[in-house]
Amino acid sequence: MTHYVILEGVIAFFLIAGGAFTFIGSLGMAHLRDFYMRLHGPTKATTLGIGCMLIASMLYFWVTEGKPDIQEMLITLFLFITAPVSAHLLAKTGLHMQLMHVDKTRGKPLELYEEEVGEKPVPHPDKGHG
Amino acid sequence: MITPRAWLPTPLLSLLLLIVWLLLVRSMAFGHVLLGAVLGIAIPLVTRRFWDDQPMVRKPWLLLRFVLRVLIDIIIANLQVSWIIINPWRRTRPAFIEYPLTLEHSFPITLLANTISLTPGTVSANLRMDGRTLLIHVLDMDDENALIEEIRERYEQPLKEIYEC
Repeated sequence: MTHYVILEGVIAFFLIAGGAFTFIGSLGMAHLRDFYMRLHGPTKATTLGIGCMLIASMLYFWVTEGKPDIQEMLITLFLFITAPVSAHLLAKTGLHMQLMHVDKTRGKPLELYEEEVGEKPVPHPDKGHG
Repeated sequence: MITPRAWLPTPLLSLLLLIVWLLLVRSMAFGHVLLGAVLGIAIPLVTRRFWDDQPMVRKPWLLLRFVLRVLIDIIIANLQVSWIIINPWRRTRPAFIEYPLTLEHSFPITLLANTISLTPGTVSANLRMDGRTLLIHVLDMDDENALIEEIRERYEQPLKEIYEC
């Protein structure tokens, strides 16, 4: 019986860790300073949070049903494919809309210059900006 | 004579489709393996016109090592970003940096951009139209050159070995 208690503890640990990471990711989205920084929270912390929850789920059903089931890995796989792509598209949209960034941000990309609007599709000839 | 290259252009993708199918139906029955194999061969053939032609994976073992390294890095990056968010005395040093790419094909570049987004406090923001530089937003940056160097040897170099040597 005692190993059930240990497994319960492990499952609970993963659930709490998952919840904490997801919460921190959402918190980052709520209170970091500018759009580009806010993007970091959901893309990273949330990935690990969901991962922890899925591990807990896999363990739980392994213990209760008696056979391992790795179907939940699919969710992780799809998440790993979609999360960075959506982050990239959001960042790209932010650059296109020329959203403000905090003053201390170093480096000013060409995309945020005023005169660059409307000329995006041409290759930028100059390298080494900033 | 039909070469394997003609009806199995992307063996890894076919294998992945088969595994996904088996996981989706939650069964290892022979019929499902067969159906998954048929789907894994048919789907890449039907959709091949939408794809750029992809470079072959030269060294699958290196790919496996790369995936493991990225998984570990994801955990570390998560802890770092979480700490930056909840640390009340945080002093972040955000920055935009331009990463000069040395990869040629679009698929490895996509992989690299996704890896960068998932790992160390960086989000890939824009791939320039000329395909030569990647714009990256960094949450907390010490030194631009050190970061570029780290990305180059941790992620880009393995990808280059896997796909283009």
